[in-house]
Amino acid sequence: MDTIIDRGAPKARNFEPYASNGGSIVAISGKDFAIVASDTRLSEGYMIYTRKQSKLFQLSDKSVLGCTGCWCDTLSLTNIIQSQLKSYLYDHNTIMQPNSIAQLLSTLLYSRRFFPYYVYNVLAGLDSNGEGCLYSYDPVGHCEKVNYTAGGSSGVLMQPFLDSWLGNRTAENPVTEEEALSLVKDAFTAAGERDIYTGDEVVYNIIKKDGIKTGVVQLRKD
Amino acid sequence: MDIKQQWIPGNFKSVPDIGHTAQHDVVQHGWTPITTTTSVLGVVFDSGVALAADTLTSYGSMACFQNNPRILTVNQNIIVAAAGEYSDYQFIRDVVEEKVRTEKSLNDGISMKPKALHTWLSRVLYNRRTKMKPLWSTFLVAGVQNDVPFLGEIDKLGTAFADEQIASGYGAYLALPLMRKAIDEKREKFNSKLTKDEAIDLLKKCMEVLYYRDARSHDKYQIGIVTKDSVETQNLALKPRWEVAKLVQGYE
Repeated sequence: MDTIIDRGAPKARNFEPYASNGGSIVAISGKDFAIVASDTRLSEGYMIYTRKQSKLFQLSDKSVLGCTGCWCDTLSLTNIIQSQLKSYLYDHNTIMQPNSIAQLLSTLLYSRRFFPYYVYNVLAGLDSNGEGCLYSYDPVGHCEKVNYTAGGSSGVLMQPFLDSWLGNRTAENPVTEEEALSLVKDAFTAAGERDIYTGDEVVYNIIKKDGIKTGVVQLRKD
Repeated sequence: MDIKQQWIPGNFKSVPDIGHTAQHDVVQHGWTPITTTTSVLGVVFDSGVALAADTLTSYGSMACFQNNPRILTVNQNIIVAAAGEYSDYQFIRDVVEEKVRTEKSLNDGISMKPKALHTWLSRVLYNRRTKMKPLWSTFLVAGVQNDVPFLGEIDKLGTAFADEQIASGYGAYLALPLMRKAIDEKREKFNSKLTKDEAIDLLKKCMEVLYYRDARSHDKYQIGIVTKDSVETQNLALKPRWEVAKLVQGYE
């Protein structure tokens, strides 16, 4: 005789493995430079975790990754990339070129196609000809080479702004470093006014042949 | 299945079972906390870090265990405090203590550093959340590394960050604004950090504020203090002034 009492199906309780921790990225590439910037606010819901968490990850002397979305996935993904780059360096005695990192990142993201890294990535760097290059991603690894992009919580606010300024640039009329930097600053100040998940500070990296220049701009802190 | 066959280019070190999640299991457990603890607070001062946490473990709304300390002295350099499911804290405590024992038995004079433990905890918690079997806890790691005080948090997803003042749970709403105010004022007026005594007074004030409004809090609590060459834990009790209760209006 079966003495086991049927208590019905186990209760389906929900654990949510993703969090939306906010943050935005803007990046613009030019003839001999690439600029990538992120805000430094890390938040969840109405709560600000910290006001000084940069979302830029320097991968080599000429490539920087901007990474926003679910912060725990960001940490995991960037750690894996950095380990892979180290392996590559030790195997080949060469630092990986940005176009190869771009493919690696796409493969990494797609490896978790059915439990994705909830992360928006922008990879900026200088290609083998010394020209600025930029790759924009979706969370499951779609990769596109672009000239400018905005992503993260304020991506939808800043992308049309960049479109209006840079959308119909031609090779005869390339964007200068000064212009790009001021566009980045303006995009973030505007986003900081309307998006509660973007604010506090902007950190930017300008990647050029002779190194990476870093700077900070203050944003609204409320 | 052979690990080689599961390898995909994205996996740096092949982690077995990475695709095996709870979705195939019939019984799912550990998805909700049972015996819980409330907020933890942490604040950086000029020469170290102080943490505060009460000693109550609740079972739902019952104040179940009233003497459950949750500030752990890891070594002469690190203290850790936990909030959330108490059994998950006990599990982590056992693993950390084992790590420290293993390290001690090497007898090379090298001990774990706070940033290392912070990263390690973030990997453990992230790994468990990826398996959909989370450790339902928030940890604060405090210590001094290369003469610089370090304070970091890791939540049950593996969300990790460092800051000068951190509070979890209700503390994030009630105590964190007080802590940020005290630290910012000190920086603006004197261009300096809090002293040890100021930090401890601040934490005491915050624990009192939390006790008045957090229904899962308790009047017995601990403060852990770590500096470059000392680590200590104090047992404290609040002396609440409930006379102020009658001044609260609008809840009758």
